[in-house]
Parts: sequence; structure tokens; C-alpha cells
Amino acid sequence: MAEFDVKTRELLFNYILGIADDRLILGHRLSEWCGHAPIIEEDIAMANIALDCIGEADAFYKLAATFDTEGRSADDLAFLRDSTEFRNVQLSEQPNTDFAWTIARQFFTDAFYVPFFEELAKSSYEELAAPGAKALKEVKYHLRHSREWILRLGDGTEESNSRLQDAVDNLWMYTREFFEFSDSVKLLYELDIVPDNSALLEKWKETVLPVLKDALITIPEDPPYFATGGRNGLHTEHLGHLLAEMQVLPRTYPDAKW
Amino acid sequence: MTKTTEDQWPMWEVFLQSKQGAPHEHAGSLHAPDAEMAIQNARDVYSRRNEAISIWVVRSEDIISTSPSDAGPFFDPATDKIFRYPKFYSIPKGVRGV
Repeated sequence: MAEFDVKTRELLFNYILGIADDRLILGHRLSEWCGHAPIIEEDIAMANIALDCIGEADAFYKLAATFDTEGRSADDLAFLRDSTEFRNVQLSEQPNTDFAWTIARQFFTDAFYVPFFEELAKSSYEELAAPGAKALKEVKYHLRHSREWILRLGDGTEESNSRLQDAVDNLWMYTREFFEFSDSVKLLYELDIVPDNSALLEKWKETVLPVLKDALITIPEDPPYFATGGRNGLHTEHLGHLLAEMQVLPRTYPDAKW
Repeated sequence: MTKTTEDQWPMWEVFLQSKQGAPHEHAGSLHAPDAEMAIQNARDVYSRRNEAISIWVVRSEDIISTSPSDAGPFFDPATDKIFRYPKFYSIPKGVRGV
């Protein structure tokens, strides 16, 4: 394993946790559709995407665990931390609400993660580049899936258009956390380990805006403020409920094995 | 509530090619609103475990099929014409390369 000093190891731990938490929380949200999707084909599609996300989370948790000063395993990180220790963007934890919200949340996320994993795959730190490259193939498909649904819901019926417009309007304020380039991320960037997130915003807009336009969705005005704080453990009320359900089994039976 | 066919998206038949040069074989069917979604659904429903390198989808209604009542005249006459099978012919000794 590459040699990093104590400070860098701590920064890397938090940074990699952010990616893993994004993928796990989103994957869990998608898994909530299992058995409830509008049609069986979509039920399977969402379960597939959920499993992709959780598989990606697993790879990043395992890497994060190698930097943990408390010696926790990937499972410990996923199932034994409280919401204030989770570093996912607040968008991931937003509730499914309806199919349009789920698709909008997915599309906004995929439009970030495709260029992000493209960049991460170029990291000078191979252990981080490898799961990035593997995840890239998966998120490219996720983006294709969510984009096609945005077009069909937006340019579908009056009902599907208004539901998607509602989802886009409500989730818009959660779309900027991906691009935060904090001082600690900057230090990792200067070591050529991680990409400059802030530079990906333009790419995100190039992906998102034309599709919303084609889908006859009105692009929301930027709100007075964008949600922030997820990377530092600040979350909306929804994450606690999600964790309660997701973590109940390993917390109730700490020694349970698959 | 009884679902009628009007409530359903059209049906598509899915064909998968397992490897280069192999034929596309029928894998099953699914519902989808249009061709692109049919391809995506086929990927998710029938190719989750690396079954395919290529997928075809075709609207089920575009497939022309024989009907069960045709089965007699279409297929039965073949059964008693053993001369249509290569085994019917004995190959003379001395013929090579057959």
C-alpha cells in the first residue's frame, strides 16, 4: 500500500467514506422499491442499480477501513455509525416520495458520478483508481437508465410531467454538494490523489440541462441557498429513519453472520 | 381491478447472443413503452448474469407465427419421408471425403 503520512491518511479516510456513504445510502433508498415498483421490469432494474451502488460502497468501505485509526471493518463502518458520522451528500438520503422523485434524484446523482469516476479512475493512488474505474461502467448505465426516464416522464402525460417538475423543483437545492471543494479535499487534490470536484459542475450542467429541456421541464431558479453539510455529518431528518431500518439487524444481533 | 391489455405497455420478445458468432436466441418477453426501454429492460431482466453480448428486441405483434391448426399439414408429412434424412442413403465403399 502507498505510504501516506498521518494527516493524509485521515483526509483519505474521510474522503473515501464520503463516496462509500453516497453509494450506500442511495443504494438503500433504491432497494426500498423492491417489490413496489410500477412494473416488474422496473422493479428488477432498480434492484440491479441498488445492488451496483451497494457493491461500489462495499469496495470503498474496504479501502476506507485500511485508513481507520479505530480499526473498524467495512461492515462496522456501514452498520455501526450514527447519522452524524455519515458523510453522504443530503441528496442521497432524500426519500423516494414517488417514482419521479426517485428518478430525478438518480439522474442528478448519475450526472455527477459519471464524470467523477472518470476522473477518479486517473488517480495516482491505484487502490482508489481501481474501484473508480469499475464503478464507472456501472454508473454509465445508471445514467442511461435515469436519463431515458426523465425524457419519458417529462414528455409523457400531464400527470407525469407535473410530478417530475415537482421533484426537480424540490431536489434542486440538494444538487450542489457534489461540487464542494473543501480545503481538505484540496490537499488531496494537490497530491494528485483526487479530482477537483468544483470543475465537474460545468460537465454536470452540460448533462442535466439539455435533458430537462428536452423533457419539457422548467429549469428551477437557483434557490437563496443550496443544501450543504452532508460531508461533515449534517443531515436532513430522513437519514436517521433510513439508518434505523438499515442498521437494526446488525445492531440487534452484533455477532450475526451471513 | 381487472387489468385489460389497454392498461399494459406493448409486449416485446427478447433475443440474446451469448458470444460472437452465435445466433441470437429467444430468451423471453417483457413489457416496455418503446424500443429503447425494451432494450434496457431486457438488459436488466434477461442479462443480469453476463448472459449476453448483444440483445435484439422485437414487438411481439410483429412476429408472424404458424397457428396450432396448421400443425398437421405443416409438419406431419415430414415424418414418413425417411429419404429426406441423410442416413437413408448408403455411401458406396471407396468414396472419400463425405
